[in-house]
Amino acid sequence: MTSNHFASALTVTGLRKAYGDHVVLDGIDLDIPAGSIFALLGANGAGKTTMVRIMSTLIRADSGELRVGGHDVARDPDAVRALIGVTGQFSAVDHLLTGDENLLLMADLHRLSRRDRRQRVAELLTRFDLVDAAKRTTATYSGGMRRRLDLAMTLVGRPKVIFLDEPTTGLDPRSRRTMWDSIRRLVAEDGVTIFLSTQYLAEADLLADRIAVLDKGKLVAHGTADELKRLVGGGHVTLRFADTGSYDRAARALEVLSRNDDTLTLRISSQGDVKSVRSLLDWLDRDQSDVDDLRIHRPDLDDVFFALTGNPVVDQEPAR
Amino acid sequence: MSTVSAALTDSATMLRRQVRHMLRYPSLILMFAGIPVIFLLLFVYVFGAMLGAGLGGPVGGRADYANYVAPGILLMTVASAAQGTTISVVTDMTTGIVARFRTMAIARVSVLTGHVLGSLVQAMASVAIVLVAALLVGFEPTAGFGDWIAAAGLLVMISFALTWLCVALGMVSDNPATASNLPLPLMILPMMGSGFVPTDSMPAGLRWFAEYQPFTPFIDTVRGLLMGTPIGNSAMYAAGWCVLIALAGYLWAKKLYNREPKA
Repeated sequence: MTSNHFASALTVTGLRKAYGDHVVLDGIDLDIPAGSIFALLGANGAGKTTMVRIMSTLIRADSGELRVGGHDVARDPDAVRALIGVTGQFSAVDHLLTGDENLLLMADLHRLSRRDRRQRVAELLTRFDLVDAAKRTTATYSGGMRRRLDLAMTLVGRPKVIFLDEPTTGLDPRSRRTMWDSIRRLVAEDGVTIFLSTQYLAEADLLADRIAVLDKGKLVAHGTADELKRLVGGGHVTLRFADTGSYDRAARALEVLSRNDDTLTLRISSQGDVKSVRSLLDWLDRDQSDVDDLRIHRPDLDDVFFALTGNPVVDQEPAR
Repeated sequence: MSTVSAALTDSATMLRRQVRHMLRYPSLILMFAGIPVIFLLLFVYVFGAMLGAGLGGPVGGRADYANYVAPGILLMTVASAAQGTTISVVTDMTTGIVARFRTMAIARVSVLTGHVLGSLVQAMASVAIVLVAALLVGFEPTAGFGDWIAAAGLLVMISFALTWLCVALGMVSDNPATASNLPLPLMILPMMGSGFVPTDSMPAGLRWFAEYQPFTPFIDTVRGLLMGTPIGNSAMYAAGWCVLIALAGYLWAKKLYNREPKA
């Protein structure tokens, strides 16, 4: 490849936003290729939602240039609106309408033809497993169902770029997995570009092609999941031994991060993935060590944050 | 699609949304009609005989007063329904659905016009209920077909104007509790005009206010059309107030809607 030129779905240059003295976003630069999943990782109050609101034309930036699908967000917001879909962290469904009516409302606003609207709505209800609930008002829906309907509504107009602001915050593990599957299908089957904000490294890791870490309005790191984890320096495995013999042998042979002679506990450096854990278990087997307890710790947002900012994640968001 | 036809299509879609809300919770219409009906019963049956005697009409008493107060009660109904708009607007603005609408390539004003048109439907349904109640308690309009049409047209105009004002009031309030109080003066204005007693029975200061506030020409015109009392230049003032209130309400509401949503 002679030039490093991708079709960009989204470019951000020098984005700044402040509320009074409080600087929320302080010089953000981004370039997100079309057809990829990009995750913006940050703690509460880092500025993720503000960023999504600016890019989705809800609020204006103080300075900087933003382009979505080649259109300038500030100068031509309607062209941007025609391309995007937004699913925020607070459900954007009409609680007085049924699931069916919510989707039909979106179909009407996107001016689908009479035949298309029915077909599209039926298709989305099936895809998001909402057929049985279609005739109930959404006030009766569970959090997971509401979020699925929310995403289905976003898809009615077949957007090219989708903003997902903390799409799984507050969901139970099963709903979270369903949401992840839906997001992957969007890219694989519909070819959309996804901008995802999240506070879970695991989520970014699982879904995103590239991840940026936002802290106090600045991007402190930007790269693939592996690159980020390398910054953190991997995870560790905690082993508690049953006898001092095993403990001493392991302490000499393994890469020990810290030890506690009283409880016979070692913290061993490890990526925490299957391969490295298996080789650790193999060593313990060969050594015939007697291990009481084994705990695997994989790098999480706390670790990334600690490594990048020297601060643990703190809840900075004011109460709503 | 041109801007105007896009605005019309989207407004129609938003109106359908409001009508669905209404059909799902029809009790709201009864609530808007309820307070005026209570006032109607109170004034006709409790105060009616005394107030009617004071009117000095041919029949006198309760029957005369029912005819006098009914147009004022109809105006009160219009104000009551407009007040409901304020609550439904503030409720809507505080939920995520409006944020979604703002990120869509639709006519921006359609969110508001949907509310206004929906409220208009709701107000006219409430007026119909109150009118039936008035007829039952002895209201005997003398209006011909043309007068009825004109009265209905005027009520629609007034309702349209007050609703735009109430949409704006809904957007300046942060929560439904304040929203329900802001338009309260609109409910009181018919009483402080020619709605319940003739203005010339009032003390000087109040009388001055009563004669110059918009509800007096509104009520005098409706009363004139339905009961055949002299209208004079009230119709002109009523129409003028409608245009003024509608325009001010629309511009204010639009400005509030276009300002940046709070973070």
